[in-house]
Amino acid sequence: MNPTVVLSYAIDLVAVLLLALGLKGLSKVRSARSANGLAALAMGLAVLGLLMQQQLSLEAWLWIAGGTAIGGLAGWLLAQRVPMTAMPETVALFNGCGGMASLLVAVAVALFQSTTGTLSDTAVLVERLSIVISVFVGAITFSGSIVAMGKLQGWISTPGWTQSPVRHGVNITLAVAALVGAVALPADPAGPVLWLLVAASTVLGIGVTLPIGGADMPVVISLLNSYSGVAAAAAGFVVGSQLLIVAGAMVGAAGLILTQVMCTAMNRSLVSVLFGGALGASAAGHVGGGGDEAGYTRITSCSAEECAMALETAERVVFVPGYGLAVAQAQHTLRELSKLLEANGAEVSYAIHPVAGRMPGHMNVLLAEADVPYEQLIEMDAINPEFPRTDVVIVLGANDVVNPDAKSDPTSPLFGMPVLEVDQARQVFVVKRSLGAGYAGIKNALFELPQTAMVFGDAKAVLAGLVSELRELGVGKKPAAV
Amino acid sequence: MSSLSQALWVLLLGSLLGFELIGKVPPTLHTPLMSGANAISGITVLASLSLIAQADGNPALLLLGAGSLAFALFNVIGGFVVTDRMLAMFGPKSSGPKSAGRNASSSKPSSAKS
Repeated sequence: MNPTVVLSYAIDLVAVLLLALGLKGLSKVRSARSANGLAALAMGLAVLGLLMQQQLSLEAWLWIAGGTAIGGLAGWLLAQRVPMTAMPETVALFNGCGGMASLLVAVAVALFQSTTGTLSDTAVLVERLSIVISVFVGAITFSGSIVAMGKLQGWISTPGWTQSPVRHGVNITLAVAALVGAVALPADPAGPVLWLLVAASTVLGIGVTLPIGGADMPVVISLLNSYSGVAAAAAGFVVGSQLLIVAGAMVGAAGLILTQVMCTAMNRSLVSVLFGGALGASAAGHVGGGGDEAGYTRITSCSAEECAMALETAERVVFVPGYGLAVAQAQHTLRELSKLLEANGAEVSYAIHPVAGRMPGHMNVLLAEADVPYEQLIEMDAINPEFPRTDVVIVLGANDVVNPDAKSDPTSPLFGMPVLEVDQARQVFVVKRSLGAGYAGIKNALFELPQTAMVFGDAKAVLAGLVSELRELGVGKKPAAV
Repeated sequence: MSSLSQALWVLLLGSLLGFELIGKVPPTLHTPLMSGANAISGITVLASLSLIAQADGNPALLLLGAGSLAFALFNVIGGFVVTDRMLAMFGPKSSGPKSAGRNASSSKPSSAKS
């Protein structure tokens, strides 16, 4: 065999190995960062191995340089600039573009390069079927991810009709249209059915993502991530690259597992995320918003001043940061407040629910960005036994994850979801914009407990208020704030 | 493609490997893992490159190939860089979270390879 060919095979094998090790390492805190570098290295090697096998004309090099410059630069700039709070929609955007890439490859092959021959020839049939899968999954990944991004950014709201059974009709129609395209395409890959398949799959991607509420979006993104792996594997069959098939299959399978893990952490089933519509949308209207105050009778509200006084004397304070904190981008102010409290001699920690933030694990990233020491972030199972000896708990824009009904009320839709047992603490302050329902649109029994007081307002404004109140009380003056 | 059955075996074993690799993931890493896996799915760059290599001067093919290359690389490079930015914040515990956080928020962490 030609030595170049042998070498490129060797490079491919090493690339697969490194990709697998990278994926494995990404699931452990200590090795995650180097694993990411390893995966990037593997990708570089794979590209190198491929380029070695090809005899490229100057023209081809120019096109490659053009595509690389545009895509690479845009990706690099966006990844550098995007704020950490916008991570979920950024991942969605990247993912959508991966789907688009597979879609374009399949369309190009279908239009210009499909092998001539009859469908009774297995190789031809497989190629055509791979084109179908690549187009279908790639298009759904693309449009679904873009809709997910738009919803997370707040550019797209959830239209009313998508919460009614009408949407099932619409989506079934689209699915049938895509199926017709999929069945007809193998016989005539470059014909009009290709465009029918492209269009129907794209709109179907929008149709299935649009009804899903913001709280469930992380699961959807994770699932779409798995799809983009499938699309890549299908593209591997189309162009005949085994490396592509392995890597795509690996990501597809890993994405599926991650989706399942996330669903478990959120106490949602994948089926209800995909087909159930926005959780509680019918009852609470707009997801995450809604000014519906009905149902609460024994609410105590208090000012930042009273809250600051409680904090001043507290020896042990636990913050429960949630989605509201991420939206208000208040993590830096929170860090400032906790530094003041530490200077005052209090022991401060942060209770992290597995799904805190806008995506599982997102809150850890945000707090790490605000320089919160990693050791102060305590996971749910470790902090729950600590609540009874905690003086003050401050809940910041979290709701369902601190609802005691999930433990005690079997009729609650949240029943069974693991929650932070903040009701065990001596005093609880809930910082919240209004009494509007959480994502789930479910009443929170915590708000009515005698030891709970509500501090109404934007998380950032309230925290800033607490900082200045504490300063006025003389906290942190003597030992100049660290 | 050498042979169909071989490709199917590759598909099967690749999937099993994926299922096996992600066993238990701490919630802290869900977001970075998703983002990292997402970057890997941009491996479609390989398909885009072979498309360009075999375009044989067909301008439409070259354009589609370069287009898909741009999309795929956007996914790959953006994905790896953003994952690195996130993971840099968790930082090595020994060097202290403070320096790790600053490094990440100010400018580029070093491993902007890819």
